[in-house]
Amino acid sequence: MGMTMAQKILAAHAGVELVEPGQFVDVKVDVVLANDITAPIAIREFTRIGVEGVFDRDKVIMVPDHFAPNRDIKSAEQCKVLRDFVQRQNLTHYFEVGRMGIEHILLPEQGLVLPGDVIVGADSHTCTYGALGAFATGMGSTDIAVAMATGKVWMKVPETIKFVYRGRLREWVGGKDLILHTIGVVGVDGALYQAMEFSGEAVDDLSMNGRFTMANMAVEAGAKVGLFAFDEETQAYVEPRARRTYTAYNSDRDARYAQVIEVDVSELEPQVAFPHLPSSVRPLSQVGEIPIDQAVIGSCTNGRLEDLQVTAQVLRGRKVHPYVRCIVIPGSQAVYLEAVRQGLVEAFIEAGAAVSTPTCGPCLGGHMGVLAAGERCVATTNRNFQGRMGSPQSEVYLANPAVAAASAVLGRIGGPAELAR
Amino acid sequence: MRLTGKVWKYGANVDTDAIVPARYLNVSTPEELALHCMEGIDPEFAQGVQPGDIIVATANFGCGSSREHAPLAIKGAGVSCVIGTTFARIFYRNAINIGLPILECPAAEQIEGGQTLEVELETGKIHNLDTGQTFQAEPYPEFIIGIIRAGGLIEYTRKELGR
Ligand code: SF4
Repeated sequence: MGMTMAQKILAAHAGVELVEPGQFVDVKVDVVLANDITAPIAIREFTRIGVEGVFDRDKVIMVPDHFAPNRDIKSAEQCKVLRDFVQRQNLTHYFEVGRMGIEHILLPEQGLVLPGDVIVGADSHTCTYGALGAFATGMGSTDIAVAMATGKVWMKVPETIKFVYRGRLREWVGGKDLILHTIGVVGVDGALYQAMEFSGEAVDDLSMNGRFTMANMAVEAGAKVGLFAFDEETQAYVEPRARRTYTAYNSDRDARYAQVIEVDVSELEPQVAFPHLPSSVRPLSQVGEIPIDQAVIGSCTNGRLEDLQVTAQVLRGRKVHPYVRCIVIPGSQAVYLEAVRQGLVEAFIEAGAAVSTPTCGPCLGGHMGVLAAGERCVATTNRNFQGRMGSPQSEVYLANPAVAAASAVLGRIGGPAELAR
Repeated sequence: MRLTGKVWKYGANVDTDAIVPARYLNVSTPEELALHCMEGIDPEFAQGVQPGDIIVATANFGCGSSREHAPLAIKGAGVSCVIGTTFARIFYRNAINIGLPILECPAAEQIEGGQTLEVELETGKIHNLDTGQTFQAEPYPEFIIGIIRAGGLIEYTRKELGR
């Protein structure tokens, strides 16, 4: 009997030939990650273990991105806990404000996470790296403390649900719409305790950007990890970035799946997730009249260069609606710089959008665009839980960058097709 | 160990933003976090919760962010045990790791807010003292029992490392 990618990667890191779903294994980790919110607890717990140093200073990465640049005094103190630890432990990879990006955009871009890796992060969207064919999953701070000390974590080998996307995507439809649609189909706990594996010609055609977006939101279906097979696209992305060797694992033909779900995407429209669950999805044509106060384009889901290119394509030569705040946040300094070079930032500013240094910011209601009671926002982020972006009486609608940008112009949720040519 | 407490009942998909909103994540002690526990969906909770009270929810409790602040806030509020039909996996792991008793029980649907439960952690038996019903929670895998016995993941790891 063959194995899935998830089984193969875990087996290799547990040092055994074969693992079965449901089995508990101790696995070696290639990268351990924490941010300014989760690191302070991880560091506190790490100290309690009683070891001096981290297991490998090349493999522990901390990124101050959530409330950084420091939002207030308490956040500044949390960031300082992280910074002091990084310096004390002399960690190899550190990205200070000015070089910092949102962790899940930064790490792949810098070649720090690679195919075949086991990566654990004290952040639920660590699953983003599944796009590279890595077993990457979010955990809490205590698990991360132990991983920092020992270089190992315990895992329960997950079953895998395989998704097969058939057909070609229509214009303005991308990875965000595929994953929103999928979450709408399976529900927010549809893949609980399981791995998702994304396949089929529609995802073979996707750029790495679209794949990162999909893998990023696997956790919104409850999944432990969202995996893509390693192919030429992955290789072209990874080769120029990788500074260490890596191994590509693909699922065996006779691998066993908990379920195989086929989706025909040829008629799929852009999708919009209504408050307050990522699974409350409707096709754009059935959204109706929803006026908005804010549009946010950014986050680890859709803050990469391609997302900003699409945004500029929609905003160029148009004006943001007078009563809408359109906030564009490049996901990393490299993305930001390239957006400047390509004239995208100019297009945003000319359209009347605000552009910010990389940060999670409004995605988690942290800063840079928190919502008042009664306000509505369309966002390219990944969560629309009650109060996620500010007041518990505010509303967040999730969409792709083209829809968010078009909505900013229209002053209500709508797509680029509605804008006058 | 026997735990007795009054039930705070919630539905499906209670996310960690509801358990402790992100705006309060600039602190990390259980006591500070407890002040905002469940604020996202139940502003009464933090005021009204008594030591030993029990949170009962249905499916997918603790979904969303990996913030350990969520189970820490619940623990800090004095809650003795969380019961649900299912849990989001990161929340489940976090609760076990920090020593917050957590039980999966399909019958959680039948328990109502305000009722008093008595929970035997070793056997997973949940007695509803108001209705006289007894429910059986799912047994823990052996591996997890090891962590619970040690008193949490840090203590477990210390032992493994001989510290
Ligand atoms: S951008 Fe949002 S979802 Fe992504 S890591 Fe930051 S807070 Fe989390």
